[in-house]
Amino acid sequence: MTLRVVVVSVLVKDQQKALEFYTGVLGFEKKDDVPVGEHRWLTVVSPEQPDGPEILLEPMGMAAAKTYQKALHAEGVPLASFGVKDVQKEYERLKARGVHFTMPPTEMGPVTVAVLDDTCGNLIQIAQR
Amino acid sequence: MAEPDDVFRALADPTRRLILDELAERDGQTLYELVARLLMRHQVGMTRQAIGKHLAILREAGLVRVERRGKYKVLSLDAAPLRRIHERWIQKLVKA
Repeated sequence: MTLRVVVVSVLVKDQQKALEFYTGVLGFEKKDDVPVGEHRWLTVVSPEQPDGPEILLEPMGMAAAKTYQKALHAEGVPLASFGVKDVQKEYERLKARGVHFTMPPTEMGPVTVAVLDDTCGNLIQIAQR
Repeated sequence: MAEPDDVFRALADPTRRLILDELAERDGQTLYELVARLLMRHQVGMTRQAIGKHLAILREAGLVRVERRGKYKVLSLDAAPLRRIHERWIQKLVKA
């Protein structure tokens, strides 16, 4: 019996804002939205992998989470990395939609990566092999 | 104000010269990008702290600036100290 990757956590300040950005701008689709106390268990999934790993747009309950997020952000370190077929095309598409990038498509050995601001406190890397 | 020796001491280290090469290629990088470039393009597998120490030396010599752009800190090459070197030795040779 093997373990499967089901959920990837992305810490966000505002779950609704995050939902709008991850679906409306990045192109993920909402999967689960269940009330949990004052927050929601809110996940999105890639339309190319509808039964694949879900991104959990997780509220930051702990002070330590806010500290972690700020520290990564200040030094330009992405919280998560997602794959894309054509990073240059995606970069242009997202820039046209007003997304801010801290790093344009840059070749790093076998991978080409770019880093964008998700407007919810995180930098997200997109990578093309 | 950087001491004149600071610039030459800063330039003496090969990793610091690579940092200047990478910042010359693209200005305004986050530390993440610089570390990734050094690792992937030059196989420099140093910790962020070690690279941070090199950056501190470069900043003291006036060769690298750290600026706040919104919530991020970005690194830039400041060529002013290098221009002085150029004026001191190279420009005269070119004129002659």
